[in-house]
Amino acid sequence: MKTKNYLSALLALIGLVLLITSCSSFSQTKWNEDELTSLRSLWIGSLKPLPADPSNKYADNPKAATFGQELFFDIRFSSNGKVACGTCHLPDNLFQDGKPLAHGVGTTNRRAMTIIGTAYSPWLFWDGRKDSQWSQALGPMESAVEHGGNRTLYAHLVIENYTYEYTALFGPLPDLSNLPRNAGPVADPEAAANWEAMSPKDKEAVTRIYVNIGKSIAAYERLLVPGKSRFDRYVEAVANHNNEAANAILTSDEIAGLKLFIGEAHCTNCHNGPLFTNNDFHNTGIPAIKDLPDDVGRFKGADQVLADEFNCLSIYSDAQPEQCAELNFLVVEDNDLIRQFKPPSLRNVANRGPYMDAGQFATLEEVLHHYNTAPEAPAGHSELEPLNLSDKQIEQIIAFLKSLDSPINADDKWLTVPNY
Amino acid sequence: MKNTTPKSKLTRIAVSSAFILFALAAIYLVGMNMMMARMNSEIPTNLDYSTTRTSDHGLFRVSYASSLDVVPVNQMHEWTLHIETVGGQPVKDAAIAIDGDMPQHGHGLPTQPRVTKYLGNGDYLVEGMKFQMGGWWLMDFTIAVSGQNDAVHFNMMLK
Repeated sequence: MKTKNYLSALLALIGLVLLITSCSSFSQTKWNEDELTSLRSLWIGSLKPLPADPSNKYADNPKAATFGQELFFDIRFSSNGKVACGTCHLPDNLFQDGKPLAHGVGTTNRRAMTIIGTAYSPWLFWDGRKDSQWSQALGPMESAVEHGGNRTLYAHLVIENYTYEYTALFGPLPDLSNLPRNAGPVADPEAAANWEAMSPKDKEAVTRIYVNIGKSIAAYERLLVPGKSRFDRYVEAVANHNNEAANAILTSDEIAGLKLFIGEAHCTNCHNGPLFTNNDFHNTGIPAIKDLPDDVGRFKGADQVLADEFNCLSIYSDAQPEQCAELNFLVVEDNDLIRQFKPPSLRNVANRGPYMDAGQFATLEEVLHHYNTAPEAPAGHSELEPLNLSDKQIEQIIAFLKSLDSPINADDKWLTVPNY
Repeated sequence: MKNTTPKSKLTRIAVSSAFILFALAAIYLVGMNMMMARMNSEIPTNLDYSTTRTSDHGLFRVSYASSLDVVPVNQMHEWTLHIETVGGQPVKDAAIAIDGDMPQHGHGLPTQPRVTKYLGNGDYLVEGMKFQMGGWWLMDFTIAVSGQNDAVHFNMMLK
């Protein structure tokens, strides 16, 4: 009799343990209200319509987008006739190049960022030194290691190759036949000297054409936005209370990774919203690369955007000053900005390594190991704290990240190189 | 002398197993509680999240209202800051310094908001408000009027 009682107690205890364990696994696939709010906020359906760009009155002009696409892939717009925007921003590779450092006519100090979804960002580049897509596009064109050219060269090239497209959008082109082939505020000494020798009127005429090149490229780039991933379809199934469909879309490991992503791993502190980025700047203690010059990130980028000749408050911007809110309330000269970089969107993240501002990490495993251990920043202050996740949990987060592959939500004609 | 029958052996095994399982269950539950306690310990308990608060030295009663119903993440918006004396008189001509930070993260706002307009009746328009992530935020307003200084702090929990 006694034994029977003990056995009953044993069975009851086993039942209790099984109940607790099953509750625990059950909670892995059920979402509480806060978690559902998080899921909805990350869902692509929460992405608002393209924000207006008041600094570019051609931003939504289809003719400008077509002209911009031609310019984007035109390798003549470079010092060696071999480099276009599309050299590092490849349409069949998520508009990035998969290299740690970008290669134009030389090698840059940073990783090429994808263009997909950048119309939603108030700041461009890793350090936000530009505040619009059009002003961003003009940066690499005059960089000595990217396109390597100068604005007068580009103005000549527009007159020689795109008079029809340009004048249809922007009106008559000026006669620049008396101007040198190469002139601009660039590192090349001959082009810089030629630029200094030009009259203010000629400089203005050339710069107007240069700005319109940027505004056209931006009109094209705006069209490159991400579409629906498996994660998004999962959220839709969850919202429709269709658990069977939901569980067929993501595996249990991917779901566990998602739960960690929005919870214990604190990924959504920075990677929030439907693009999985807050488009702000953070120091996460990413190691500096020994052979590259010191990089203070946003600390310098904030000063640069304020001084930029093409910023939202510049004479080349179409915005009213009060429309330049981000610039009007910019944080500058704050030590918190040291080595802050912009968190990129995590859509398609599994297919666009290496990672970080100079491609410091080759794999997502290395990225997650960094966040898990939170080493000290090489300069400034890292916002990270160790997560102490298990290897299994890290695997689950990576599994989840692989569910974020998002096709580009644009007509195929925008994803191919035009015929010249 | 031990008298071990098969029956009593079975009993002992059952009792031992029961204790082991009970211990495991207890460890699991205590562990879960500890984990919850650790997570909760990051944010002080009993934080006052009210949108009307009295300044540190009791000079002013201050309230804020967002231009959007719910204070958003990643969206620039405006606040109206209302300042009155504890006696209920609107305070005008105040110089207001604004700071915000996330005490758990050691970083501040992505923008530098400022008062851009006095709207009358003790109301000040604050432009450039933006929060880049959810969580516990602490907004500080330092108020100077006629040589008197005081500061007021608002806790916020953003989602």
